[in-house]
Amino acid sequence: MDLRYTPEQEAFRKEARAWLEANAPASPLRSFDTREGFEEHRAWEARLHEAGWAMVPWPREYGGRGADLLEWLVFEEEYYRAGAPGRVNQNGIFLLGPTIMEYGTPEQKARFLPPMASSAEVWAQGWSEPNAGSDMANIQATAVRDGDDFVINGQKTWASRGAFAHWLFGLFRTDPESSRHHGLSFVLVPLDAPGVSVRPIQKLNGKAAFAEVFFDDARVSAENLLGPGGRGWNVAMATAGFERGLMLRSPARFQSTAARLVGLYRDAVRRGDPVSPGMRERVARCWMDAEAYCLNTYQTVSRLLAGGKIGDEASLNKIFWSELDVRMHELALELLGPRAELLPEAPAAGDVGGWLEGYLFALSGPIYAGTNQIQRNIIAERILGLPRK
Amino acid sequence: MDFTFNEDQLLLQQATRDFLEGECTPEWVRASWESDTGRDPAFWKRLAEIGVPGLLVPEAHGGLGLDETDWVLLLEEVGRAALAEPVVATAVAAAALAELDDPAPAAEWLPRVAAGDARLAMGHAASPFVADAHVADRLLLPADGALHLLPQSAVSLEAQPSNDGSQRLYRATFAASSATRAADGARAAAILDAALDRGALACAAQALGVADRLISLAVEYAGQRQQFGVAIGSFQAVKHMLADVKVALEYARSHVYRASHSVARGERCRAVDVSMAKLAACEAATAAAKTSLQVHGAIGYTYEQDVHLWMKRAWSLDLAFGDPVFHRARLSSAVIDGALPAESFGYSPQGA
Ligand SMILES: Cc1cc2nc3c(=O)[nH]c(=O)nc-3n(C[C@H](O)[C@H](O)[C@H](O)COP(=O)(O)OP(=O)(O)OC[C@H]3O[C@@H](n4cnc5c(N)ncnc54)[C@H](O)[C@@H]3O)c2cc1C
Repeated sequence: MDLRYTPEQEAFRKEARAWLEANAPASPLRSFDTREGFEEHRAWEARLHEAGWAMVPWPREYGGRGADLLEWLVFEEEYYRAGAPGRVNQNGIFLLGPTIMEYGTPEQKARFLPPMASSAEVWAQGWSEPNAGSDMANIQATAVRDGDDFVINGQKTWASRGAFAHWLFGLFRTDPESSRHHGLSFVLVPLDAPGVSVRPIQKLNGKAAFAEVFFDDARVSAENLLGPGGRGWNVAMATAGFERGLMLRSPARFQSTAARLVGLYRDAVRRGDPVSPGMRERVARCWMDAEAYCLNTYQTVSRLLAGGKIGDEASLNKIFWSELDVRMHELALELLGPRAELLPEAPAAGDVGGWLEGYLFALSGPIYAGTNQIQRNIIAERILGLPRK
Repeated sequence: MDFTFNEDQLLLQQATRDFLEGECTPEWVRASWESDTGRDPAFWKRLAEIGVPGLLVPEAHGGLGLDETDWVLLLEEVGRAALAEPVVATAVAAAALAELDDPAPAAEWLPRVAAGDARLAMGHAASPFVADAHVADRLLLPADGALHLLPQSAVSLEAQPSNDGSQRLYRATFAASSATRAADGARAAAILDAALDRGALACAAQALGVADRLISLAVEYAGQRQQFGVAIGSFQAVKHMLADVKVALEYARSHVYRASHSVARGERCRAVDVSMAKLAACEAATAAAKTSLQVHGAIGYTYEQDVHLWMKRAWSLDLAFGDPVFHRARLSSAVIDGALPAESFGYSPQGA
C-alpha cells in the first residue's frame, strides 16, 4: 500500500487542471434535459474530445487518451474541481463504452466508440419496460432475426435523455420461446430507424428528461448485436457493474458536493443564520462519508489494476453513493431554510438554487441503476450468502 | 498509488487468523473473562512467537519492524477472535517508549515486549482509565503535561470493572517526580498525541473484525433458525438489516486502511484520518452488534450465547482511545473550522 501519487500521475493532474481551467465554461450551461442545453453540452463534449479529454481511459484510436483508471480518477477530480458540465453522454461513455470494449467486435469498436467519445452520437439506455422494472428479467420487447436484420417490437421506458439521444442500447428477447434471463440479447438501435417512436416524459422537475420508446417492426442490422446472442443478460450485468460500482458516479462528484455543503454551513454561521446544534456534526459527517466513498473507489481501482474484476460488491457502492447524495442535499436544504423551495430562477435564490435541482435528482439515485432494495437483496444473498427462499 | 495489501501482509493476516481460530475460541474467551487477571502470560508468550506484540517493534530490538498498515490486518483478527490480551496497550506504550529522547527505556523494554516477556500500559488524556495496568511491567502515565515512566509498584491501581469482560480498567495514581519524568513539554504532548492516534486506529481495526464476526454469527444463525416453515434469513427484513451493516463495514474498512497509512507515515492529516476510521469502524461494529442481537432473538439475549462476547467488545472499543463525542468534535473542528488539517483524498476544491 502506497497512497501517494507518482510523479507521472501528478504531471497528468497538472496537465488536466491547466486545460480545464483554461477551457471549462465560465458559467453553467443550460440543463441537458432541454433541447438547447442538450446541444450546448454536446458542443462542450466535442471540445473535450478534440483536446483528448473526453474519455481518458480509452485507447487513443477510439478517441481516448490511453490512460489507466487511476488517471481517470485524477481527471474526474480535476473535472469536478473545475466545475465543468455534467456529461450528457454518460450512459454511452461510462456504461456502454466499457461494455463494447469488453464484448464488441473490432468493427463495432471502430464504428461506435469514436462518435461516442465525441458525443456526435449520444446514447440512451433501454432496459426498463412498463412491466420490467426491478424485475428486469421480465423483459417482453422482442428482436426477431429476419435475414440480416432484427425486427424489433415492444416498448422501453424511462430512457434517460431518450428524448434527444441518437442511439439506444437495450435488452430484447431474441428467443420468443425463452423466459426470464434466458434468450435475451444486447442490441444497439438507432432511434431514427423507421418503426421507432420516442415519446418524452417529464421528470420530477418538469423537464422532458427521459422517454418512452416504442418499436413497431423496427428493423436494425444484425451487426448491431453486442456480445453473444441469447446471452444479453450477462453482457448487461457487465454494464451494471460499471454503472453501480465505478464509472457512473466518480467520487469527486460527491467530494465536491460535500465541500460545497461545508461552505454553505460556514456561510450560514458567518451570516448569523439560525443553525441547529446537530448540523455542524452532520455536515462534517457528510464530508467524512464522501471521503469513504473516494477511498473505497481507490481500493476498487487498485484491485482492478491488479487484475481483479468488479463483482457483486458494486451493490455496496450503489447504496452508499446514492444515499449519501440524498443526505447531503437534504442537509443543504435544511440549511437554506425558507430559501430551500426557490427555483434557480427566483431572484432571491442567488447562487443556491442548484441545491434544489440537485436534491430532486439525488432522490432518483436510490431508484435508478437498480433500486436500493434490490441492491440490499443482492448483498444479502450473493455477498452474505443468506437463503433466497 | 496502490491501495492494495501485498502478499506478505495478507499471509501474516491469514496466519494470525488461523492461529486465533484454533486457540482463541469462544470458550477460551469466556474463561479469560472469568479468570482473575483476565490475562495469561503463557498465551502472551505464544502470541509473541507469531509476532503479535512485536509487530511494530523495530528489528534492532528484536521485533518484526513492520508498520501500522500491517498492524491493522493483524488487529482485525484480534477483533474477530475477541482476544483479550494487552496487545494494544503494550504496542501503544512500546511505540511511545521508542519516541522518548532517552533511548535506554526502549532498549530495555522493547526486546522483552517482542519476546513476549513484558507487557506495558499507557494512559492518555482522552480516558480517565488505564487499560491493562494490572499486568503491566512498566506504565507510561501523563501528569501535568509531562509523561512519566513507572514500574507497577510505584502506581496505585483501583479496578473499575467493565461491562466488557475482556476489558480490565484501572484508575491509576502515582507520585510524579523528576525521577519518574520521561518527557515533558511539546515532546510529551507529541508522544501522547501519537499514542492516542495509534490506539484509536487499533480500536478501529479491531472493530472491523468484531463487526465481521457479528455479521457472520447472524448470517449463520439466520440460515439455520426456522420460523413459519422457512429459514429466517429468507425474510427481507432480516436481509436488509444485515446488508446495511455490511455496507457500513466495508466503507469503514476504507477509512481504517487509509488511516493506517497516515499513521505509518506521520501524515499531516493523521488525526482526522484516525478519527474518521474510529468513528466509522466503531459505528459499524455497534450497529452489527445491535443487528446481530435482533437477528438472534431471545437466544442472543442470553449470557450463554456468544453474541454478547463481541457485542460488548464493540461497545468498549467504541469508548477506548477517544469516545465518539471526542472524535466527532475533532472531525468537526477540522472540517468546519480548519482547526486541524483535513484534506480530501485526491480531490481539492477550487482555491484550496
Ligand atoms: C431518473 C431516472 C432515470 C432512469 N433512467 C433509466 C434509463 O436510462 N434506462 C432504463 O432502462 N431505466 C431507467 N430508469 C428506470 C429504473 O431503472 C427503474 O425505475 C428501476 O429499475 C425500478 O423499476 P420501477 O421503477 O419499475 O420500480 P418497481 O420495480 O416497480 O419498484 C417499486 C418499488 O418496489 C420495490 N421492489 C420491487 N421489487 C422488489 C423486491 N424484489 N424486493 C424489495 N423491494 C422491491 C422497489 O425497490 C421500489 O421501491 C430510470 C429511473 C429514474 C428514476
